[in-house]
Amino acid sequence: MMILSGDPPRSRVLGILLVVIIAALALTPLLFPGAKAMNVAAKICVFAAVVASYDLLLGYTGSVSFAHTMFYGIGSYAIAIALYGMGPSWAAVATGLAIGLPLAALLALGIGLFSLRVEAIFFAMITLAVASAFLVLASQLSWLTGGEDGRSFQLPELLRPGTVLISKDVFGVAVNGRTLTYYIVFAASAAMILGLLRVVNSPFGRVLQAIRENRFRAEALGYRTVFHLSYANCLAAMVAAGAGALNALWLRYAGPDTSLSFSIMLDILLMVVIGGMGTIYGAIIGAAMFMLAQNYLQALMAVASNAAAKAGLPLLPGLLHPDRWLLWLGLLFIACVFFFPTGVVGRRGAAARRSG
Amino acid sequence: MTELAATDALPKPKRDFVPALLPLLLALATAPLIGSTSSWITLTVASLAMGAMIFVMASGLTLVFGLMDVLNFGHGAFISVGAYVATLVLLPLAGWVQADSLWLNLAVLAPAALLAMAVSGALGLVVERVLILPVYGQHLKQILMTTGGLIVAEQALYALWGPQIIPLPLPTALRGSFILGDVAIAKYRLLAMLVGLIVFIGIQLVLNRTRIGLLIRAGVENREMVEALGYRIRRLFLGVFMAGSGLAGLGGIMWALYREQVHASMGNDLTVLVFIVVIIGGLGSIGGCFIGALLVAMVANYGGFLLPKLALVSNILLMVAILMWRPRGLYAVTSR
Repeated sequence: MMILSGDPPRSRVLGILLVVIIAALALTPLLFPGAKAMNVAAKICVFAAVVASYDLLLGYTGSVSFAHTMFYGIGSYAIAIALYGMGPSWAAVATGLAIGLPLAALLALGIGLFSLRVEAIFFAMITLAVASAFLVLASQLSWLTGGEDGRSFQLPELLRPGTVLISKDVFGVAVNGRTLTYYIVFAASAAMILGLLRVVNSPFGRVLQAIRENRFRAEALGYRTVFHLSYANCLAAMVAAGAGALNALWLRYAGPDTSLSFSIMLDILLMVVIGGMGTIYGAIIGAAMFMLAQNYLQALMAVASNAAAKAGLPLLPGLLHPDRWLLWLGLLFIACVFFFPTGVVGRRGAAARRSG
Repeated sequence: MTELAATDALPKPKRDFVPALLPLLLALATAPLIGSTSSWITLTVASLAMGAMIFVMASGLTLVFGLMDVLNFGHGAFISVGAYVATLVLLPLAGWVQADSLWLNLAVLAPAALLAMAVSGALGLVVERVLILPVYGQHLKQILMTTGGLIVAEQALYALWGPQIIPLPLPTALRGSFILGDVAIAKYRLLAMLVGLIVFIGIQLVLNRTRIGLLIRAGVENREMVEALGYRIRRLFLGVFMAGSGLAGLGGIMWALYREQVHASMGNDLTVLVFIVVIIGGLGSIGGCFIGALLVAMVANYGGFLLPKLALVSNILLMVAILMWRPRGLYAVTSR
């Protein structure tokens, strides 16, 4: 319980689901050593951390930010630019982190102080505007960021796929640099999520919830709401930047499409809402569901689309086309906001609380 | 406050002209920097045309927010829908579009614009009933619901029209420019300015000269009081929402013709611009929205000419500067 900050998932089904997901992620390199499965698993880890940090904002303070990908992108680009500029060394990784994380926190502080004093709507609009300006900036300053092409870079020796650590047969699988990178991503994401769980269960987290429920009252009780909100904003930004750095390390690349675009912001929003706002655990489930849907639902939809086309149905082939998977997740998203705003996790948790 | 006797005339409302002068000042201030008169005039016309188009798109959003405290993050979807619907008319009748006759061109443009407005207005009805009605008064859910609507609408457009960019050529009579001395003024920009001006004057007339407009303005200022007087403000709001969506559709076809292409991502790109305009203008203010649109367009055009690198973030800088000066926008109309 210590490691979960005394806030275990309050439902047996949910607990089992989480254990299955985490065990599958931990064992992916051994069970499914293919490149695609590894990619999906790494993305689930990275996005679970980003979504958890976004949940700190959306679920616990009730403020909608559209600038979260900006922080994610800052982390990615910091690593990419450092490794590209300084060559593949651990010092470069450290430099990237040492520049990226504080930069993200500083920017979050600036935006927060500028716009958190007023209403949620205003904050949402300002963050949207700032994030879009940042995206344009990143794709235009090509001497620094590589422009639309982004930056590819070499990893330090130890993390390269060619580096064989244990030549054969840990259960028939060779352990190489790629496996090691995966476990770094996995462990760092897990650490960040546990850290966030600690934060939301601390007195500080309780104040955030109080602000979400009734900001005026929290202020009347003597809490400096702007301080708390800005602090939460900076924390979330730093975790997002950290996850961005992991993403860059995994992809060996950072570019506008993989780390900054507005569609990633929408993906994050979908994951946090479908998983469940204000639960942190929802981040893991949301990220896992979303990534599995993104990578495997499409195959299913292709089959359905072809079947519909063969049957000569109008419109359906287009709607079921594999590229339209986001349409169905969007509908699920609206249904989630409408029917169970606390998502998959909140639903199970609430049922457990009622019966228990 | 001085005491008023019952017989005194009511004090005139205080007019605030300073923000209205800003675009003029900006235009005059940049003139010496740009140097040549002809490029200054070209840039100014371009800004006015772009400002007019942005205003048409943004006007609905600001009214909807002012009246009902609803911010529609899916507003961009109506812009895209308007543009796509216009292609339904403009592409099959390509012969008329290509014909070298202003009347034939207008005969195809007018129904296209009307259809675009009608369809996006009707879509507004559906969106208001299905997505917004259940979450009145809950900002967080409103933002999420309308963002979800944006995702679904964009994907549905891809599903119906395919993901490729649809080219949409300008009608022949609106191509090219008038040449006055050494100044070239694109014809289409004049049309855009004209439409923007008509929309602005139309909205002002409706708001200031009709009973419905009176109710809308009263509702923006104090919703509960209007309700208490027995008016169904929900129905009024539905009308405003549909009109705003229709205007966004009109803006969509104008923008599509301006760029001569249609793509579902245009709504997303323009949403940011529209939001900046609405924030600058003061949420709920039509006049502020008009001035904000002109300012944004001017900063983009002049900035792009003078300092191309800075132009990328010029909108943000403009917004920060305006909010430093007036934290609630140029004209703050709502008490919220």
